[in-house]
Formats: sequence, C-alpha cells, structure tokens
Amino acid sequence: MGSHLAVRSLRGIVVVFGVVALTFLLLHLAPGDPVSRLLGPRATPEQVEVQRHALGLDKPVPIQFGRWIGRALQGDLGTSIATGRPVGEMLMAAWPYTAGLVTLSLGLSYLLGVVIGATQALTRKPAIDSALTVTTLTLFAMPAYWLGLLLILVFTYGLRWLPAFGAHGLDADFLTPSGRAYDTIRHLALPLITLTLIGIGGIARYVRGGVVDLGNAPFLVAAAARGCTRRRVIVRHAIRNALIPVVTLLGLSLPALFSGTVFIEVIFAWPGVGLLMVQAVSARDYPVVMAATTISAILVIVGTLLADLMTAWVDPRVRIPSARA
Amino acid sequence: MWVGGVLLVGILAIALLAPWIAPDPTGQRDVVATRFLSPLTTDIHGFFHLLGTDRLGRDVWARLAWGARISLGVGTLAVLISSGLGLAIGTVSAVYPRGVGTALMALTDFALAIPRIILLLLLAALWQPSAVLVIVVLGATGWMPIARLVFAESRGVLARPYVDGAVGLGASRRRVLLRHVMPNVRTPVITASVLGMANAITLEAGLSFLGLGVQPPTPSLGAMIASGRETMVNAPWLGVLPGLLLILTVLALALVSDRARQTAVG
Repeated sequence: MGSHLAVRSLRGIVVVFGVVALTFLLLHLAPGDPVSRLLGPRATPEQVEVQRHALGLDKPVPIQFGRWIGRALQGDLGTSIATGRPVGEMLMAAWPYTAGLVTLSLGLSYLLGVVIGATQALTRKPAIDSALTVTTLTLFAMPAYWLGLLLILVFTYGLRWLPAFGAHGLDADFLTPSGRAYDTIRHLALPLITLTLIGIGGIARYVRGGVVDLGNAPFLVAAAARGCTRRRVIVRHAIRNALIPVVTLLGLSLPALFSGTVFIEVIFAWPGVGLLMVQAVSARDYPVVMAATTISAILVIVGTLLADLMTAWVDPRVRIPSARA
Repeated sequence: MWVGGVLLVGILAIALLAPWIAPDPTGQRDVVATRFLSPLTTDIHGFFHLLGTDRLGRDVWARLAWGARISLGVGTLAVLISSGLGLAIGTVSAVYPRGVGTALMALTDFALAIPRIILLLLLAALWQPSAVLVIVVLGATGWMPIARLVFAESRGVLARPYVDGAVGLGASRRRVLLRHVMPNVRTPVITASVLGMANAITLEAGLSFLGLGVQPPTPSLGAMIASGRETMVNAPWLGVLPGLLLILTVLALALVSDRARQTAVG
C-alpha cells in the first residue's frame, strides 16, 4: 500500500513536471511576442531589446525554463504582463473557486448519478429505464456552455430568481457574514447546477451498466439463497460491487470535469482558474498561462491520486498486490 | 438503437446536401429590415426563413446546415488523425514490448494525464485560429485513449494460437503486426473512433464558442451559440437552435457507437 502510493505520487510529480516543460516549450514555439504586446506598436527596437533583456527573454529557452522552475519552487511565479499583479496572488485568489465548484459538483453528480443509474438497472418498468436513458444520454451530449445559457435564460432573465455572473453581488462588501454567505450560495447555484447536470449523464450510464453486468452473478444468487431479501441483495451486494468501477471513473473523469469547468467559468464569469486561463491565453499573458497550467495539472493529478487511493480502499484486490496478477 | 442511425443519416444528409437544400449562408441584403426575424417568417423580399434570421439578416437554417457540414468535416478529419496515431502507437507498442513499446506507452500515459482542454487552449490560442489548426490540434490530443484500447486489444490478439502459428512458420514481427494484429483490432478502433468523433465535434464547438476555433464568417455551431448569447433574451432561437443540432449530432454518434460495441461483443 505504502509503496503503491509512493510510486503513484512520484509518477504524478513527473507528469506535472512534464506538463510544465511542455507548456513552456509551446509558449516559446508559438508565434507572437509578449514584449511587443506589452510595449505596443510604437515601441522602438531598442526599447523592445531592453524589455526583452529585463524579462530574461533573450536567454536560451532551457535557461529560461530553469530560472522559471527555480523561482516557482521559491513561490515566485512572476508578474502578470496584462495586469501587473503578482501571478501567485492571482492564482491564490482563483483556485479555491475552481476547487470548490468542482468538488461540490463531483459530490452532487455522483450522488444523483448513482441513484439514477441504480434505479434504471433495478426498475421493473422498461418505460422508466428508457426515459432515464434518453435523459442521461442527452445530458451527456449537451455542451456545458449551452446548458448554462439556457439556465440563465430561464432562471435569470425569465424568473429573475438567481444571479448569473460572478461569485459575489456588487454589494457583497456591505453585507453581514450570513448575508454574504447567502449571496455566495445564490451566485454558486447556476454554475453548480450546470456542471452537476452535465456530470450526471456519464456516471448514471456507468452505474447502470455495472449493475446490469453483475446480472445474476453467483454471489448474488448465493445471497438470495441464504435468504437475503431482494433489498438486501441489491444494497449490500450488488451496488457495492457495481461501485468499484464508478470510483475508478472518478479519477478518469477529472480532466473532463476540469474542461467543463473552464466553459462554466467563462459563461458565468466565475472567477476560477479556468476563466483566468482563458483570459491569459487570449492576452498572451505568458507568466499567468504557465502558472495556471501548472496549478490545473496539479489539481487534476492530486485528484486522480485521491481517486486511486479510494479505489484501493473500496477494492481489496487493488490493495493486495499478490491478488492483482 | 436504430434511432441513432436514423438521426445520424439525417444529419449527414443535411450536411452533405447543404449547397442544394439551404440558401447561401453568407447571403444578406437589407440588414436592417431582415435581421432578427423569428422562425417561420417571410422577409420583405419574399424569402421564407424556416428558422428565422440572425443579427446580420443571414438565414439561420442555412447557417445550421453549413455549420453541421463544418462540424462533421472537422470531426471526421480530426478522428482520422487521432485514430491513425492511436492504431499505430497501440499496435507497435504491443508487438515490440521492449524498448519502443514501453517508451510509447509511457508517453501515452503521460499525455493522458494532461487535461485535454489545457492543451487545446494553448495550441489554439497561440497560433492563428483556423479550421486546419483545430483539426490538427484535436487529432494530436485525441489519440491516447485509442492507443490504450488498441494496446490492450493487440495483446489479446498476440496471445491467440494463430499468431503462434504464424511465428512458427517464420513470420517476422513486422508481418505479424501488419497481417495479424492490425486487421483484428479494427472493430474496437472503429467503435472508439465514432465516440472520439462525438468528442471532437463537442470540443470544436467549444473552441469556436471561445473564439479560438473556426473563424467567422464560416458558420460554426459553437460560434453561433456564442453570438446568440448576446441576444439571448430578444432572439433566443439564435443560441438555442445550434445547441440542439449539436446535441442531436453528438447523441446520434454516441448511440451508433454504443450499438456497434454491443454488436461486436455479440
């Protein structure tokens, strides 16, 4: 178990390092110069040269990369070219929004997805199964930003119930702590609902498949023969086993979930890493792109690692190497 | 489910026949009088607009048909690249397990761990956005799941007696690779490719939605949703309709892929 964790962590670190190196390389291969963007079209060649030297952009790429890593390890991620603010500060402000949104939505969509998938597999009415299959498939096929727009249309413009932009109202600074919490929950509602609905589709399909595949597995027949009620067979034996691949799916679905978050953050102006990333990429704000990529890779990889640990926790066969054969 | 097949054929027909069944998607005249017409109206020139017009007076039905053409075209080409890469990398890794194979599968695992959207944003934003760039980028970031699948399937094929037989008769690894492994992994590759195409179409629309994909005036479903966003309250059909077409397309591909997998399993 310990060595399993160590190997996975080491691999995670290698991947994060690789992502950072790749991003660095891509940024430097790409056409377009951050310096000319920074100084504007009227800059003289001398000014550009001075600025390039000041930013260290005149050095060979490997040296620039080494310097960036060295500074990043000391917590210095540079200064944003577009806003002039320290990148670390921007990211520290942004990442809790993304992590919070993703975690909450993951929990909710798993809860609903497992319930829907299990209902589909166990119901004796084919109509219910078909109706839920169509629903989950449609949710699976739906682009997050489009669903977000529809929800804004209905709940913001139509019913005027929920705000659609940002994480706080303009008056947030003047509210009492409980008022502020309520304000945040109202702002969180639409992005969270959108991301959760998008996530349900895949999970429900997986759970349904898992339970159906178990079918009349010998251990289920044996449990019924021992006199377990149908309810007990399903809850204690069938669903528990069907959940193992679902926990594995958790790790695999994180990158996709992060992709969904990027669009959700753009649509709802949710001030997370995804929005920061999209804005920085369009502005060619290299230091922010580098840092946002790094932090996203770390978030995704830590998440995958946690999912891995959970798989080992629910499935003894993964925990005990000899049984893996 | 046959529903998927029917849907897919319908959408393919619309996309392929766009030049004949839909008016010119860039055609506009008298913008002020013909813009924001709601669906099922006839404009002052006597042209009937089944799905209304957009803010430049362009026919929405025409733009949807041409947009479907772009989506399916980009999706198909991107999947051809990613499936080709996946097939090559997966089979080669299985047939040459030492050295090359280990290195290739390690590369695959590494690439699989990077959130695809990050790579897409980087690549699409740093170079000049265009349809060709989108195709290449989607192809280059979509091969990993197919390579993994092909690797697993190829290992299964290599364990079959006919491979032992071929090796016993003196077949080289190269011959085993080309004559035995590749033909026998085609079914899972096709199934996975159809699903990969659904993904590619979704992502193309997403990139175009962010303004990093196919560039105007070429109609793209994602870009249409983005511009519909601005007039959502007064002209909701502009954002809603392209989304519906996108969902139907992805749904059709997912259903067909599902069906193909079930048939293949037996």
